[in-house]
Amino acid sequence: MKLPSLLFGAALAFPALAAAQEPALPAGLGGPPPVTSAQTEAQSRQEEDYGDPLRVTGFVEGRTGTRYQDSPYHKDVSLLETRAQFQFDKSFETIHARLTADLLYDAVDDDHAPDLEHGEGWLDLREASIVARPADFMDVKVGRQILTWGTGDLIFVNDMFPKDWVSFFTGRDVEYLKAPSDALKVSMFSELANLDVIYTPQFDPDRYISGERISFYSGNSGRIAGENHEIVTHPRNEWIDDSETAFRLYRTFGSVETALYAYSGYWKSPAGQTASGIATFPALDVYGASMRGTVYKGIGNLELGYYDSREDDSGTDPLIRNSELRFLAGYEQELVPNLTGGVQYYLERMMDYDAYRANLAPGAVQKDKNRHMVTVRLTRLAMNQNLELSLFNFWSPSDRDGYLRPNVTYKMTDRWTVSGGANIFYGKRRDTFWGQFEDNSNVYGALRYSF
Amino acid sequence: MKQVLALAAALLIAAPAFAQDVTEIVNKANAAAYYQGEDGRARVDMLITDDQGRERKRGFTILRKDTGEGDSDQKFYVYFNQPADVSGTTFLVWKHVGADDDRWLYLPALDLVKRIAASDERTSFVGSNFFYEDVSGRGTEEDVHELLETTDNYYVVKSTPKNTDTAEFAYYKNYIHKTTFLPVKTEYYDASGNKYREYTALKVDTVQGHPTVTQSSMEDLRSGGKTVLSYSDVEYDTGLPEDIFSERFLRTPPREHLR
Repeated sequence: MKLPSLLFGAALAFPALAAAQEPALPAGLGGPPPVTSAQTEAQSRQEEDYGDPLRVTGFVEGRTGTRYQDSPYHKDVSLLETRAQFQFDKSFETIHARLTADLLYDAVDDDHAPDLEHGEGWLDLREASIVARPADFMDVKVGRQILTWGTGDLIFVNDMFPKDWVSFFTGRDVEYLKAPSDALKVSMFSELANLDVIYTPQFDPDRYISGERISFYSGNSGRIAGENHEIVTHPRNEWIDDSETAFRLYRTFGSVETALYAYSGYWKSPAGQTASGIATFPALDVYGASMRGTVYKGIGNLELGYYDSREDDSGTDPLIRNSELRFLAGYEQELVPNLTGGVQYYLERMMDYDAYRANLAPGAVQKDKNRHMVTVRLTRLAMNQNLELSLFNFWSPSDRDGYLRPNVTYKMTDRWTVSGGANIFYGKRRDTFWGQFEDNSNVYGALRYSF
Repeated sequence: MKQVLALAAALLIAAPAFAQDVTEIVNKANAAAYYQGEDGRARVDMLITDDQGRERKRGFTILRKDTGEGDSDQKFYVYFNQPADVSGTTFLVWKHVGADDDRWLYLPALDLVKRIAASDERTSFVGSNFFYEDVSGRGTEEDVHELLETTDNYYVVKSTPKNTDTAEFAYYKNYIHKTTFLPVKTEYYDASGNKYREYTALKVDTVQGHPTVTQSSMEDLRSGGKTVLSYSDVEYDTGLPEDIFSERFLRTPPREHLR
């Protein structure tokens, strides 16, 4: 009988072979201690990260941009700044304090005196806040802070917190799209639902397009307005009288996030004018709802908002923007590994359109009842996620205009990042939302060191 | 001839027993690697080295809570410290076995809670050589497992994906430590039978009675890249409340649990 002996032989041979190939036991299971010292390194770093009472982080950055076509309204250079951001974090028992300040020198601006309200000059105070947890069910955040909610990707329906469109359009980092609010935020949590209440005692407008850095179409003059024809606004800066309040009631069903919103305040960018042509921030209430969850292989979102322009209830006042209905639907999915695609459809519908038309000043450009917009985002990660290529396009089929934002960001090391991109405005006409900015199309580049 | 028959009979009887054993081994290995205690916390430091020796570091604190029946659904909370440009970023994952995970990312500079579309589980986690799946676990039901051999120290299990579209490997070979059931080495093979990726447990510490891999590496044998992952400050059964894994704490980190 040869077979059994053969098998027997094989059985003897195999363990010997396996033993020769089998992996060594790790340290702690009988193997030798590891050769790297990452563990001890990690332990020493730990105190630095959490034990240290004051933590300082930030970056230093150089950023420059230029219009790539001659503008009759501005110099070619659209951005030329050196910026250093310092963020200080300190935790006390149940309180966390944060101060984030940007020191900058912007060669495009003529005036360097700091104006913290408008974010101009050599100091931009981004955050100066304290978070406390007075009860298990409550968080309170007070002071200067960045505030964001809602489901849109670069489109805001119920987020009535200030935006910095100048930074966004000139090619600053996308974090500067959000301007800070000086506010009190109270958040309450329960099984049933969660509630955020945000009170801003003095109105915080957008850092809106005024003509100073970005030219725009002025309905009054019927032409593009630049540096020499800046918007003059009637300030809304009374404490308490010019306050804003925003509410969000939200809860998650399974993994579907739902929210109801309400806002009482003012149009965030000028949306009206006095008889003498001074721009104003008319009263505005917003009511809305949103939903976000898993759809098919990606994330879907829906958001609705009703903008009640309270100083023009009937829509008959040609000097004040009409009430509007705003709707957003979006979907995002990973298309192939490391490539994500997103699409959004957005609608702004003017209420009281007949009243608007009937009262329109003679010669004024008549807006459409519906402004449709479609956005597409593509994000590609490469080189171990150190290289990010992204493309975002806003396109309005009704206005026949759009805005394209390509960007490349490469993390050379953990500290050094180089990035570049463009803000490309296009349109058939110069009086539509994106078309009016065409002279401001620009390219930019930046080098940042993070610490 | 009698002996041959006896041997054949023994093999026939042994085969089903083996089949059952391998499932048990794989389940125990899954439990040992990803489901120790009811919840857990650790400081994680990653050292990523590319083929040219350039280094990048990632540092974060990870909180975990088991929420499903048995070894199934879990929730993860990640607070990033390093590198500097992502410091303060938080990441939330609700892991669902047999369905896509829910993921949220919070960017403090924008105060933005971004919901992230489920990605291929076999793509890099934070730019390292570890995949999402290596960090949060691969469903044991996704592969067919076969016990290749039992050595003095290991159960050697070969796992072949049921759905080859969802995995870049043809199969992987796992050396599971016999007493602790910790996977000590995992070798990934391509369709031509070449090993191209390798996980190694470098150090094991026993924490609150749970043998825990506190240092491991993942090597990409094709590109030459390697990531060493070190766990410190590991603690189990800390009594983490489930509401930590929600938007509230994504926006306002639970510092008392991160220290």
